[in-house]
Amino acid sequence: MTENTALRVARPAARTENGRRLHGHLKSRLQKGLVYGAAAITFAVLLFLVAYILVNGIPQLKPSLFSWTYTSENVSMVPAIITTVEMTFLALLIAVPLGLSTAIYLNEYATRGNRLVNIIRITTETLSGIPSIVYGLFGMLFFVTALHWGYSMLSGAVTLAIMILPLVMRTAEEALMAVPDTFREGSFGLGAGRLRTVFRIVLPAAMPGILSGVILGIGRIVGETAALIFTAGTMAQIPGLLQSGRTLAIHMYVLSGEGLHMNEAYATAVVLLVVVLLMNLLSALVARRLTKQ
Amino acid sequence: MHGVFFACALASILAVALICVFLFANGVPAMREIGLLDFLLGTKWSPTNVPPSFGILPMILGSVYITAGAILVGVPIGLLTAIFMAFYCPKRMYGVLKPCTELLAGIPSIVYGFFGMVVIVPLIRWFGSRDVTGLGGSGSSILAASILLGIMILPTIIGVSEAALRAVPGSYYEGAVALGASHERAVFAVMLPAAKSGVLAAVVLGIGRAIGETMAVIMVAGNQARLTGNILKGIRTMTANIVMEMGYATDLHREALIATGVVLFVFILLINLSFSVLKRRKNT
Amino acid sequence: MDKIQIENMNLHYGDFHALHDINLGIQEKQITAFIGPSGCGKSTLLRSLNRMNDLVEGCKITGDILLDGEDIYKGCDVNLLRKRVGMVFQKPNPFPMSIYDNIAYGPRTHGVKSRARLDGIVERSLRQAAIWEEAKDCLKKSALSMSGGQQQRLCIARALAAEPDVLLMDEPTSALDPISTAKIEDLVLELKKDYTIVMVTHNMQQATRVSDKTAFFLLGEIVEYNDTETLFSVPSDKRTEDYITGRFG
Repeated sequence: MTENTALRVARPAARTENGRRLHGHLKSRLQKGLVYGAAAITFAVLLFLVAYILVNGIPQLKPSLFSWTYTSENVSMVPAIITTVEMTFLALLIAVPLGLSTAIYLNEYATRGNRLVNIIRITTETLSGIPSIVYGLFGMLFFVTALHWGYSMLSGAVTLAIMILPLVMRTAEEALMAVPDTFREGSFGLGAGRLRTVFRIVLPAAMPGILSGVILGIGRIVGETAALIFTAGTMAQIPGLLQSGRTLAIHMYVLSGEGLHMNEAYATAVVLLVVVLLMNLLSALVARRLTKQ
Repeated sequence: MHGVFFACALASILAVALICVFLFANGVPAMREIGLLDFLLGTKWSPTNVPPSFGILPMILGSVYITAGAILVGVPIGLLTAIFMAFYCPKRMYGVLKPCTELLAGIPSIVYGFFGMVVIVPLIRWFGSRDVTGLGGSGSSILAASILLGIMILPTIIGVSEAALRAVPGSYYEGAVALGASHERAVFAVMLPAAKSGVLAAVVLGIGRAIGETMAVIMVAGNQARLTGNILKGIRTMTANIVMEMGYATDLHREALIATGVVLFVFILLINLSFSVLKRRKNT
Repeated sequence: MDKIQIENMNLHYGDFHALHDINLGIQEKQITAFIGPSGCGKSTLLRSLNRMNDLVEGCKITGDILLDGEDIYKGCDVNLLRKRVGMVFQKPNPFPMSIYDNIAYGPRTHGVKSRARLDGIVERSLRQAAIWEEAKDCLKKSALSMSGGQQQRLCIARALAAEPDVLLMDEPTSALDPISTAKIEDLVLELKKDYTIVMVTHNMQQATRVSDKTAFFLLGEIVEYNDTETLFSVPSDKRTEDYITGRFG
């Protein structure tokens, strides 16, 4: 090949090279724009949703909404608030010991590669994928009907406990796993048994992580509706263990479904949203203490 | 104490077993009585007619349409946001935005549903009104449910795909940039394909969330048990079917609703299965 | 009689034969050093002496290890054994609690509840570990706020608080700077008066500086075991000579 032809070949090649670069440049800018645009949409939607509920709801928070008993006139949310606290407490009472013990068993006692451990992992993964309406159906069939507990706080709480079990368990397990083995070795080396090591060394060190999981669980309980409608029912009262009660979320569903109490539904949404915001904030703060350590 | 911990660890196995047993035991007889094919492929749901007919195809398709719509809305936005979080977001901003995505996951579905009811539905009604496009519709529609569910699955999509993107070794990125690729090209041509199965897992998980969502859908989807492909028209999902009628249903009607739950449950199990297969493939 | 007598000991991790036919006598109130290249089994043997290897899955030990003539693997309470045979680890591992609670953890584990007695034990242990002067004014502060060298001396104090006879040290200075290392070495020589000490070390100078006896390990076997001075000046095995002159390892 002579020098001449080489040059002649080179020139068009350079031109397409330039073209390609320009094209690539445009493509990069487009991609960058899409990335920023999508992120903007995501966070704008969140901001808008929260702001919309707060702006429309806060003016609806009237003192009559907080009277002690519910009537169809005042549609007070106080019984619902108390029911929610009660429900949260009951469900945690079941789910936290169970979830924590499972995590302790899996992380501190079970031998690795144990078949049972694998089965437990698969079942908890399955549980975490089941939608709340299916939990509700199950709770209705088992606790309400088969065990004759009726529409009651107990039926609802046990159903919710099973629902948040995987969440509590997984976060607790992650927290336990994050505790360095050197702590365990140190404790065993001083002649402490496994149980003492778990309760005195491992659990205190893992506490922030466990707590942040429990707080997220509280958020789920407070916001849950589908699993409760057919287990705890919708009575607006301050319920006993075997009585029906409506939590705030159910209260809001009933109000918005009737279509007569939109203002009160807005107000309930504010309360729900604030509780969830606080729970998230609290969980993040607790988890941050963990990472600081 | 070992025994106590062990017994507690069995609780999750017991729970899954009980859920399976009770759902199937209460749902399968109805399927047999109605006839499995008539039940799954029947196009007419009129449980109170004489004679009644229990076809849940409209609801199955309703769930599928709305889930597909949610994926169309949620996946592009969620994935691009995940890319933003993993490769574009300044560190200090990340400290604020990451908790925000978690908050998005924490908002109760009833609040989402309410928001959809008072904002999205009127917006779509306005869009369909004679003054704008004249396409009609009350606003409560497949479109409204798709948009709302698309928003609701965002945190799932963002969380799982961001984790997948972050799991790609940084050396891939450095290798691409060292060859003269721009930041965008390195991200889209190298990092994203490397995180492919993780992103797919995110989509599958998103599908699971969307198909199982109940309260938010009820409030915006219109809930008419009919076959329609018009996205401005209302439709009913399997989850909505259960909640709407369980309160007053009796006998075979009630059992047919539980059977609807069984069908939903089987869908979910299949989705879970493919999710764990994808996750395992990622690990190897 | 030797404080610890190891006879025909073999150790397997699953299929891996980690220690072959170990026979070794460790003398009371002496410092015995284990040296050898990484993966030669010296830490494994050390961790067998207080049964820390029990925590490793698939670990199987045959042969006898006698402490004061009693077999520690037969009919012996493992927690009491670990109280008698204390351990200091490679990296300082104070618990995330106050200095006081770290030291008191061992005695509390073994049933000491009286506040006055605990106070006494804490002070005595910290003095023994030569850290009392630095720590006495901040006993309530988190142990994690101390420097690495201080943490390691704290861990030694913590081990001493359980009132052991034997102290096992698994490369106790490998994570520390030279000044902290010197302090620990001085401390170990001081502790020799009251305790039998077994120390794994990577650092041959350290072995010559502090130990009375040295065992050289290679590929899961003890190649040579002798007075430290003899082993380093006139090694009887060619492999020992190669190792201490730096020709391999």
